[in-house]
Amino acid sequence: MRRIFLTTLLSLGFASQVTAEAGGNAERGEALFRQCAGCHQVGEGAEHRIGPSLNGVFDRSAGAAEGFRYSNAMERTATGGLVWTYESLDTFIENPRNLVSGTRMSFRGIANQKDRDDLLAYLRLFSASPANIPEAAPTAKGLDHDFDPEILAISGDPAYGEYLSNECTTCHLLSGNDNGIPSITNWPVEDFVIALHAYKNAKRLHPVMQMMAGRLSNEEIAALAAYFKSLDQ
Amino acid sequence: MKLNRRKFIGTTAAASALLAAPMAIGSGHGRAKVVVIGGGAGGATAARYIAKDSNGEIDVTLVEPTRTYYTCFFSNLYIGGFREIDSIAHSYGTLASEYGVNVIHDWAISVDRDAKTVTLAGGSALSYDKLILSPGIDFVDGAVPGWDLNSQNAMPHAYKAGSQTELLKAQIEAMPEGGTFAMVAPPNPFRCPPGPYERVSMVAHRLRDINPTAKIIVADPKEKFSKMALFQEGWADNYSGMIDWIGADFGGGNVEVDPHAMTVSIDGEVTSVDACNVIPAMKAGRIAEMAGVTDGNWAPVNANDMSSKMDENVYVLGDATSQGDMPKSGFSANSQAKVCANSVRGALTGSSVFPARYSNTCWSLIDTDNGVKVGATYEATEEKIAKVDGFISATGESVDLRAATYRESVGWYDGITADMFG
Repeated sequence: MRRIFLTTLLSLGFASQVTAEAGGNAERGEALFRQCAGCHQVGEGAEHRIGPSLNGVFDRSAGAAEGFRYSNAMERTATGGLVWTYESLDTFIENPRNLVSGTRMSFRGIANQKDRDDLLAYLRLFSASPANIPEAAPTAKGLDHDFDPEILAISGDPAYGEYLSNECTTCHLLSGNDNGIPSITNWPVEDFVIALHAYKNAKRLHPVMQMMAGRLSNEEIAALAAYFKSLDQ
Repeated sequence: MKLNRRKFIGTTAAASALLAAPMAIGSGHGRAKVVVIGGGAGGATAARYIAKDSNGEIDVTLVEPTRTYYTCFFSNLYIGGFREIDSIAHSYGTLASEYGVNVIHDWAISVDRDAKTVTLAGGSALSYDKLILSPGIDFVDGAVPGWDLNSQNAMPHAYKAGSQTELLKAQIEAMPEGGTFAMVAPPNPFRCPPGPYERVSMVAHRLRDINPTAKIIVADPKEKFSKMALFQEGWADNYSGMIDWIGADFGGGNVEVDPHAMTVSIDGEVTSVDACNVIPAMKAGRIAEMAGVTDGNWAPVNANDMSSKMDENVYVLGDATSQGDMPKSGFSANSQAKVCANSVRGALTGSSVFPARYSNTCWSLIDTDNGVKVGATYEATEEKIAKVDGFISATGESVDLRAATYRESVGWYDGITADMFG
């Protein structure tokens, strides 16, 4: 799909434009990084602060910056095999909850694709293995990660959600036990919906959850969210 | 025949004025009756969900002979020394006290489908509007020449967890130095497809610790088995030289045992063994056959609601069924039970009935912190329960991922047992 998209652009003669955008503007990215700098350092002498140092983040496994203590949520995601590539960083920066529910990174995200491109172009300057970093068009280019507000606006049927939730409770304990399998109780509805769509779209890697979410329709995900929300009341 | 609620109500009301008419018609004189036979992953789940979700409108009786239920899943981990036997033991107290399930510890010995009654070994009879059979498996007589149930102490099957599992573990631990453990593996289809091979891994794990020169022989009537590449990789990496798997190609199906002499003959070659695990061919738990809902060894069911193809008022769950693509596993039985519960509740109280959806995941432990899994989702078609999508762990996975998979299996155990027993 992405390949087709790029091919189409190229054949239409937009090649130079794509390449220019794909590289991103690192200077502009440096300015954008100010919103990250409250928690993250990058560059010479960068240290872990509230968040880990971002030197060498490209091609690093998630949760693998030495000496930084990650949240359980990030560690669990990391074990699932998440690696910071252009595409996964792009997805994460757009909204951290896309990939890691319960991450300590309380950041609303950057909706604008150009801003993300520029920021990543800046961060890329501090990664040591440029061979692994797309110099030309990054694979994620042109993908729209923005969460369709219409999906979030769907109001689900809690009775159907209760039935669907039967498939969740074979593994997830409603008591909130978090041993080996994460708790899914008392989750904000929006996080719940975003997370299930991330599995459904294979942005999140866990094979069981990809399989379970893969056959849930938008309405069914909304129904589940409505049911789990009704448990809080 | 499709269920027709109007007709169902009419029939029961006519049959007996005393018999509970569904609350849906507002009679208020009694409650619809569901009898569940078998308190494992299928039966306990069905009983709990029907009782939980019907707000007291359905009278649920669960018939299960044992007061303490040992899950078959994770019983191999007990053999491997990863779990205590008590950690896989469960009682029915919560189902009775929290959910109002009427738990009867007795054997169901016959079903009269015309009168809609179940007779118990203790002599009493239970009437039902809907009967759910979840009897698990029994063994096919004469499946392994030389072995019958009278030999189960000399050569345990350990395929119904509990005292059999404890016996097998004790026998393995008592093997002389450098002794031989043999397993006779079952033909398809059977309960828990990766089970025998997880067990081989767990026996090897235990023997590597206490008796590292011991040998393991597996005689298998099949040419391949569940998660084969994963197990064979794990055996080579962790138990090198210990395990000799003899498949159908090399006569693994041509087996005879002598429980008195403690010998196993594989394709004519007789070997003395110090412990032997015979897992014979399986069939539906006997009550399914006695109820007349089996065809051959298994009970055929409709994919949309797990109702018997022989009787719309009888449902069959789990290992005892022939349903299509789902493996015979605790996870499958639990999944089927929830579809069945939704359907039974709908038929008796008029609650919403949603389309069937099934899923399964089976975790297996190969060695310490080395877990693997396989799973799939399923849907109901006219013909059967059909696989939609699936996945399996890969060979060569990282140590971290395997450890996480094992931790996940421990979390799943807590999840499914809470889902079964409350």
